[in-house]
Amino acid sequence: MQIDQKREIRFSDETMATVQKIIKRYPEGRQKSALIPVLHIAQAEFDGWLSPAVMDYVASIIGIQSIEVYEVASFYSMFNMKPVGKCLIEVCRTSSCWLMGAEDVVKHIENKLKIKDGETSADGQFTLKTVECLGSCGTAPMMQVGADYYENLTLEKVDSLLDQWKVEGKRSRYC
Amino acid sequence: MGKKLLLEHIDVPGINTLSVYRSKGGYTALDKALKTMTPDAVVEEVKTSGLRGRGGAGFPTGMKWSFLAKPEGVPRYVVCNADESEPGTFKDRYLMEKIPHLLIEGMIVSGFALGAKSSYIYIRGEYFYVARILEQAIAEAYEAGLLGKNILNSGFDHDCYVQVGAGAYICGEETALLESLEGKRGNPRIKPPFPAVAGLYGCPTVVNNVETIAAVVPIVNMGGAAYAGIGVGKSTGTKLISASGHINKPGVYEIELGVPVEEFIYSDEYCGGIKGDRKLKAVVAGGSSVPILPADLILKTANGEPRLMSYESLADGGFASGTMLGSGGFIVMDESTSIVKNLYTFTRFYHHESCGQCSPCREGTGWMEKILHKILHGHGSISDVDLLWDIQSKIEGKTICPLGDAAAWPVASAIRHFRGEFEEFVRNGHSIKDVRHYYRLNGLPEPAYS
Ligand SMILES: Cc1cc2nc3c(=O)[nH]c(=O)nc-3n(C[C@H](O)[C@H](O)[C@H](O)COP(=O)(O)O)c2cc1C
Ligand code: SF4
Ligand code: FES
Repeated sequence: MQIDQKREIRFSDETMATVQKIIKRYPEGRQKSALIPVLHIAQAEFDGWLSPAVMDYVASIIGIQSIEVYEVASFYSMFNMKPVGKCLIEVCRTSSCWLMGAEDVVKHIENKLKIKDGETSADGQFTLKTVECLGSCGTAPMMQVGADYYENLTLEKVDSLLDQWKVEGKRSRYC
Repeated sequence: MGKKLLLEHIDVPGINTLSVYRSKGGYTALDKALKTMTPDAVVEEVKTSGLRGRGGAGFPTGMKWSFLAKPEGVPRYVVCNADESEPGTFKDRYLMEKIPHLLIEGMIVSGFALGAKSSYIYIRGEYFYVARILEQAIAEAYEAGLLGKNILNSGFDHDCYVQVGAGAYICGEETALLESLEGKRGNPRIKPPFPAVAGLYGCPTVVNNVETIAAVVPIVNMGGAAYAGIGVGKSTGTKLISASGHINKPGVYEIELGVPVEEFIYSDEYCGGIKGDRKLKAVVAGGSSVPILPADLILKTANGEPRLMSYESLADGGFASGTMLGSGGFIVMDESTSIVKNLYTFTRFYHHESCGQCSPCREGTGWMEKILHKILHGHGSISDVDLLWDIQSKIEGKTICPLGDAAAWPVASAIRHFRGEFEEFVRNGHSIKDVRHYYRLNGLPEPAYS
C-alpha cells in the first residue's frame, strides 16, 4: 500500500471550521470531549487511518497531550491504527448474522479477493474485517462500508457489489 | 392490533420532517409541558406511568428521575443512550432513523422536567448516517424555536447535541458512556457515586435509553395513568421488540407488554412463524446478555402458564427456567441451529468488548472463548464443559460493571439447558465442524442433538 509520507497533515479551512464548531459544543474547559468526533473527521480526511502524526495534530488542535489521543484512539474499534485499503468492508459475524449465513459471506469475500479476514488486497483496494453486531440483525446478513449499510446480503449481491467497486475503485465514504 | 404509541405514524411519508411530524400531533407534549405543567408535575406523570427503562435493566424511570441531585448553581444534564450495541437489538436505530423528532421532543421535555439546559445524544459511531438524520432534525427544531433560548416563549432554554462513539459496546454502560462523552476511554466507573449525583463532568446527570425518552412524549400527551392502563401488571405501556433470526418477518415491532410469546412468534401480525416451517429450538428473548431458553420454556413457564412478553413473565422461574426482557432483542433459532456455535459467537463478542479493567471479565471472557473454540473443533473434553461452568460462575457478580454478568449468563444458560449438545460436540466435534451448514447443505435429517 502506498502511503504518502510527505503529505502535509493539515485540515482544509472548511474542515477546520467544522472542527472548531464541534469544540465549542462543550462547556469551558471540557474541550477534550471533542476528541472522538474530531478523530473521526481526521481518519476520514487522512486516508482512513490514524497515523501518529495525525494523532499528534489532533492533540495540538484540541490542546491535550498526544498520549491522551493515543490511549483513546487505541480503545475504539472504529479507529484504524494501521493503514487500510481504499474500501474497508466490515462484515458482521455475531449471532443473528451468523444464523443467517454471515460465515458464507465472509468465505465468499475471502475467496474472491484472495485475502483473509483482517488483510488488504495486494492492489490496496480492499480490506476485509469481521466485526461485531452493527444493529442490523433483522436484515442479516449484512456488511458496512464506510457509513453505508448493505443488508439482506446474498452471495450474488456481494459479487455484483465487489465487481462494481473494483471497477470504480470505490473509496469508503464517511459522513 | 395492539396499541401503538411510538410507531403509530412510522409509515407516514415524510414523518422524519418537522412539518409532517407536527401535522401528526408532534410537539404537543412539549407545548403541554411548557405551558401547563411544572417540571415536577412532568416527573410525577412519568412516575405514575410506571415506565421502566427500555435500555435493558428495566429500572423505573420516574424513580431514577426523582433521585437526581439538585445542588444550587450546578448544571444538570440529560444524556440519551443511543449506543445500541447489544447483539440482537436494532430498535433504537429504527426509531431514530424513521421518526427522529420523537426522540428530540422527548429530550426537550425530559430536559424541562429535570431542569437541564443541555442534553447529549450519544450514538454508536457505526450509526453515522443516523447521527446525520438526528442533526438535521435538531437543526429544524432550532429553526422553529423548539430548541435554543426561550422555547415557545416559556422562558425555558435548552440545547441538544449529538455525539458519536467509535465502536465499543461497553460505552452503552452508562458510566462508560459518560467517560467516552468526556473524551476518554470507555472504562466504566465504580459506583457509587451514581450519575444522578456525579455524572457528566461531575454534575448530576440522568442517562436514559432512546426508547425510554421517546416514551415520555406519549406519557405527557395521554397522562401517566392512561399509559399505566396499557400493558400488564408492572409492565406498563408498549415496548419495541427487535426480532431477528429464523423467522418469516424479522423487524421492529411495537407490542403492548403482555402479548403471549407464542403469539409473538407465530402470528402474522409479528414474526409470522419460523422460516421454512421448521421447528423452534431456542430463543434469546432480550439481547445477547439474557439467558437462552429452549422452545418449551420460552413458550410456557415451568408451571405450564403461557409465557408473556413482559418483564415479570419472562423472568418467571428465575434463571433456572426463566430469562429477562432485557433490551427486547428477540433472536429466534430453528431446529438446525448449533447452540454451541451460537454461544461461541456471543462469547467471542464479550471477549472482544471487555474493557479490561477487571481480571475476572478480562481473563474469563478470553478463556471461555478459547474453550468453546476447542470444543467446537472437536478438541474438547467433558471436563471442559465443567470448566466453562466454573469460569462463568466466577465472573458473575465479581466485576465493576454488569458486562461480566452479561458474559456469564449466556454461557450458564446454554449449559443448563443444552448440556447434551456440548457433550455431543466433545464426542463428535471433529466430524461436526459447522453443524448448521453441514446438515443443510447435505439435506440430512435433524442431527440428534438438535
Ligand atoms: C455492557 C452494557 C452495555 C449496555 N448497553 C446499553 C445500550 O446500548 N443502550 C442502552 O440504552 N443501555 C445500555 N446499557 C444499560 C445502561 O447502563 C443504562 O442502564 C441505561 O442506559 C439506562 O437507561 P434506561 O433506564 O432508560 O434503560 C448497557 C449496560 C451494560 C452493562
Ligand atoms: S466487567 Fe468487564 S467491561 Fe465491565 S468494567 Fe470490568 S472489565 Fe470492564
Ligand atoms: S448480529 Fe449482525 S447486525 Fe446484529
